[in-house]
Amino acid sequence: MTAAGLREPKAVKALLIAAAVAYVLIMLVLPLGTVLIEALKEGWAAWWTSIGDPDARASIELTLLVAAIAVPLNTIFGVAAAWAISKFDFPGKAVLVAFIELPFSVSPVVSGLVFVLIFGAQGWVGPWLADRDIHIIFALPGLVLATLFVTFPFVARQLIPLMTAQGRADEEAALTLGASGWQTFWHVTLPNIRFALLYGVLLCNARAMGEFGAVSVVSGHIRGKTNTMPLQVEALYNDYSFVAAFAVASLLCLLAIVTLALKSALEWRHRDQLAAVH
Amino acid sequence: MPGVKRRRNASPLPGLGLTLGTTILWLSLIVLIPLAAVFLKSVSDGPQTFWSAAMSPRAIAAYRLSFGAAALAAAANCVFGLLIAWVLVRYRFVGKRLLSALIDLPFALPTAVAGIALTALYADTGLLGRIFSKAGLPIAYTPSGVVVALAFIGLPFVVRTVEPVLAELSSEPEEAALTLGATRLQTFLRVILPAVAPALATGFALAFARGAGEYGSVIFIAGNMPFRSEIAPLLIITHLEEYNYAGAAAIACVMLLISFTVLLALNAIQHWRQRRSA
Repeated sequence: MTAAGLREPKAVKALLIAAAVAYVLIMLVLPLGTVLIEALKEGWAAWWTSIGDPDARASIELTLLVAAIAVPLNTIFGVAAAWAISKFDFPGKAVLVAFIELPFSVSPVVSGLVFVLIFGAQGWVGPWLADRDIHIIFALPGLVLATLFVTFPFVARQLIPLMTAQGRADEEAALTLGASGWQTFWHVTLPNIRFALLYGVLLCNARAMGEFGAVSVVSGHIRGKTNTMPLQVEALYNDYSFVAAFAVASLLCLLAIVTLALKSALEWRHRDQLAAVH
Repeated sequence: MPGVKRRRNASPLPGLGLTLGTTILWLSLIVLIPLAAVFLKSVSDGPQTFWSAAMSPRAIAAYRLSFGAAALAAAANCVFGLLIAWVLVRYRFVGKRLLSALIDLPFALPTAVAGIALTALYADTGLLGRIFSKAGLPIAYTPSGVVVALAFIGLPFVVRTVEPVLAELSSEPEEAALTLGATRLQTFLRVILPAVAPALATGFALAFARGAGEYGSVIFIAGNMPFRSEIAPLLIITHLEEYNYAGAAAIACVMLLISFTVLLALNAIQHWRQRRSA
């Protein structure tokens, strides 16, 4: 037990807890609640009609499709990068890690802009692509590229510290016992990192499905065609179709709540296997 | 570390070529080449054009708003983030896990959803906006709205950076301060605050960098009036819609340079933290 002098008076403690809870309620919970209340303002039937609208449906399908392409690609990349960085020594490693984390410090709008500058109508290869009737900007490939950029570091950043701390003794033992490289990866490395991998994929997916700024630049905002769910929310909101906008937004809230619940569950049960540091 | 030699010992593990090759290829294709495109495009019409686009009065006003609001919001988050981290680390109370899980909501909630929710909440007819506009301090569609949105986005950066440092703080210096007759408040200000200062600085820099480039949560609540409530990422989009690629790239360039400077400062802070803890 700590000495009484090391603790705050009961009243101070209560005040601090109350202030923290109040701040979180007003700043975070209230906006979340607002979405759900606004979405159901005209009842469940109106909510259901908004979700069932063909353009809304198309935006849901597009969001799922973009995430289904971008998340696995960045997961494979993340595992490969973490393997190279954590299991080997080579010069320039710190620079490589810094480059991998670069997209976190780039504005989402700039993340979309870079692809317009390359593939857009007046971009470097834009005219060449236009001659061949290949569409990247204002089409699915552009949305995928922008999403890949913004979700680039998620999986790698989760795995690198963990795998570095785990070292390579387990893998060396497996190889000594005659396992092949792939066998070692599947049966030794993967089980060691599975929860951290899941955690990284979870965050990567939430960002991929919810990304707005970057995809907004490359999408062209064609309803029913190139609007992802967050873009559909914006389009409906700008039309003053508030109930419909909040209805689509409420689905994204659900995604956020599920993500947070899974994330918390992983943190409580497998904290020791998520990161070896602290 | 026992037996550390200057010479690096080679890893017996396979896959360096494959994984490092994949990493560098993917990194170049998705991140580095596209980012290089911004710098090249911004000077493609000569330095004169670059300078007049990057430093136009409208652009300067937009930088001032984006970076100024990001700094204010990050400062507010340092105060409330420290409070929340303190409460989460030091006290036990009902609902603590839920509070902790909620902190990450801004990471999981798509920014466009946060944007429309905050606008509904802080508009003159909204639950909170009503109070503020009666007090003569309208928030929605003013620069204050930008600060509110960035305060929402930045909170988890500060809490999650300060929390582990606060948790690992040894109780000995606090005990010593008590023995020497310090009050609890003096101990906090002279002993605890200096110890978490580097973590707070890191959290500030992370929240600031994220806020300066933020788009989705801001554009709904900002009002978007040139020279008054127009953020820099929005100005990039405006230029793009006018097919002024070089102008958009010039502003993106300035924003990237500022974020990279913040990133370098962040590395310096982390260096400082490691030196202090060593």
